[in-house]
Amino acid sequence: MAKKTSVQKAFLSGNEALARGAWETGLSVACAYPGTPSTEILEALSLYPELDVQWSVNEKVAYEVAYSAAVGGVRSLFACKHVGLNVAMDPLMTSAYTGVQAGFVVVVCDDPGMHSSQNEQDTRWVGIYAKLPVLEPSSPAEAKLFVAEAFALSEKFDTPVIIRMTTRISHTKEDVLLGQRTPCQPVKLAVNIQKYVMVPANARVRHDFIEGRLTRLQAVSEKSKLNKMEINDPSLGFITSGISYHYLKEVRPDASFLKLGFLYPFCDAKIAEFSKKVKKLVVVEELDPFIEDHVRQLGIKKARTKHPSFRTGELGPGVIEDVINGRPKNVPKLPARPPRLCAGCPHWASFSVLKKLGLFVAGDIGCYTLGALPPTSTLHTCICMGAGVTFNEGLRRAHPDQKIVGIVGDSTFVHSGITGLINAAYNKAKGIIFILDNSTTAMTGGQNHPGTGLTIRNEPTKRLDLKALCEVCGADHVDVIDPAGNVRELEELVSKRINEDALSVIIAAHPCKLIKR
Amino acid sequence: MKKQAYYNITFGGIGGQGIIKASELLGWAAMYDGYHVKKSEVHGMSQRGGSVESHVRFGKKIYSPLIGPGQADFLLCFHADEHPRLVMFLKSGGTDLVEYLKRAEAMVENPKHVNTALMGVLSVFLPISGPSWQKAMETVFSPKILDENKQVFQRAQGLVIK
Repeated sequence: MAKKTSVQKAFLSGNEALARGAWETGLSVACAYPGTPSTEILEALSLYPELDVQWSVNEKVAYEVAYSAAVGGVRSLFACKHVGLNVAMDPLMTSAYTGVQAGFVVVVCDDPGMHSSQNEQDTRWVGIYAKLPVLEPSSPAEAKLFVAEAFALSEKFDTPVIIRMTTRISHTKEDVLLGQRTPCQPVKLAVNIQKYVMVPANARVRHDFIEGRLTRLQAVSEKSKLNKMEINDPSLGFITSGISYHYLKEVRPDASFLKLGFLYPFCDAKIAEFSKKVKKLVVVEELDPFIEDHVRQLGIKKARTKHPSFRTGELGPGVIEDVINGRPKNVPKLPARPPRLCAGCPHWASFSVLKKLGLFVAGDIGCYTLGALPPTSTLHTCICMGAGVTFNEGLRRAHPDQKIVGIVGDSTFVHSGITGLINAAYNKAKGIIFILDNSTTAMTGGQNHPGTGLTIRNEPTKRLDLKALCEVCGADHVDVIDPAGNVRELEELVSKRINEDALSVIIAAHPCKLIKR
Repeated sequence: MKKQAYYNITFGGIGGQGIIKASELLGWAAMYDGYHVKKSEVHGMSQRGGSVESHVRFGKKIYSPLIGPGQADFLLCFHADEHPRLVMFLKSGGTDLVEYLKRAEAMVENPKHVNTALMGVLSVFLPISGPSWQKAMETVFSPKILDENKQVFQRAQGLVIK
């Protein structure tokens, strides 16, 4: 081919492209807590020195800092994985009422197929629940375009805007056109009590406002170029969005398409118009029947849908024919090599002790969740961030005489383990909370957090002292031990503490082997 | 090889073998050559030693970032154990480069260069210009290891007898 063009391009992942688009659109502040598949958005943004970016302590904090920057009048962005949004739902729901001064974009990366997640929740429903607009790009190049669109919508309609990504789009790389940055003038900070103080009297007014805003946004959705109608062969039409569009184009390039990019509020008139133009109509989407349910609500009876067995997992070229034809899932899958703790990982020593002592281990989210797999098989619960700490308490309340420990990583402890520890001390719970401190957020690739004493840009900052923190939270004993090479000492310590009528924290501290310092 | 509208290459192996880096190199090279490119991983927990599977597609216009069963023009396997799982991607008449794995391993002194050697082999089969490969290597390799990788890439091209 070798046809050279003068335009500047780069080979970017969906996350990198979205970050680039946000930077070009005049972004100022961005916050996140790491979480696959969203992590690279902040990592990419951190490379632009003019931006104010941070790893926040957790998603709630990240959302509040980023959102309040937008309330303060600069364009800002919050990014998370699907389950991260659960942590930020409290501010999100009411920020829908209060709106913005400058653009605010909420990027949520879902994980169909659960490549690295504890559930497969579908964020598109949050649009309905929170009454917020949802845009869904289908490729890295679109992610870059849609983020500019999202900032414009946010400012025009005084609303946070959700961009829903999926692992496939976040992590696919594509050649993307690069543009220049257009800096944005900050808006002056002004007092507006009726808008920003959500006491009932003010919130009632804002609720009326957001109901009206939804109606106005629907009118925009009807006309939006992001909802693209391609009328080709009228005998077959697809209503689709996101990555599914590309799988369909691959196998039915001549069919007609309504590709929803401005996903919510739905473009009802356009959907009705499209359904009239095609003879056979099929709705194709990953995960929940989000578009499907709405098309049915519109009374479009001829719409066919995927078999419900495809509400789980990713779609892909191998199954797209079954999806189009409504056939049930039937995928013979050859087993892949499972991930495991790295050779030389300090967690091996901790797990060998817990296994030998035959303890029930309430687990948490991080590399150490792999402790549930053979050969250790010594992690017995994993629900959500911070639950290693709280499950120790609840399980002990159910079985006061059983030997139970809770384990949690250093980053996860800072994210949402601290409140659980305070709760345990306050409510007189006993047991051992094991903090597996490898001095990083290892599972997502090694991001800094308050315990490392370094910022997202590796600049020195105040370092959180985990030992002192656990002491003031009310732990009776806080022991710090290097598990590597000290397995016998660790075993003696755990054996001693587990038989005491006390709340103990054991910080097993040894840096992750993969992290360059 | 007849000129095609697009090319599908499946990469597979296990974590730590530089598979993502290799597919990244192909992506940039194809982009520099003016193609539309998409690259995606199916299994990508590379740091944890699990299976790694990367798909690269390039051509005039690419839709799906993933290659379906029986659609790969080339299979680049970095670990013999993973071959049975990956071979179903090859189309009939597709090129299985697994025969070059042992030769690439034998050719390099540093096992970290096997991925670059296999990319040198693959480059012989693809319609991507030499300067685009060079530029891609300059993009993905740090200056410290650039020269050694360029040399391995070039030497490995000699492994192919067409």
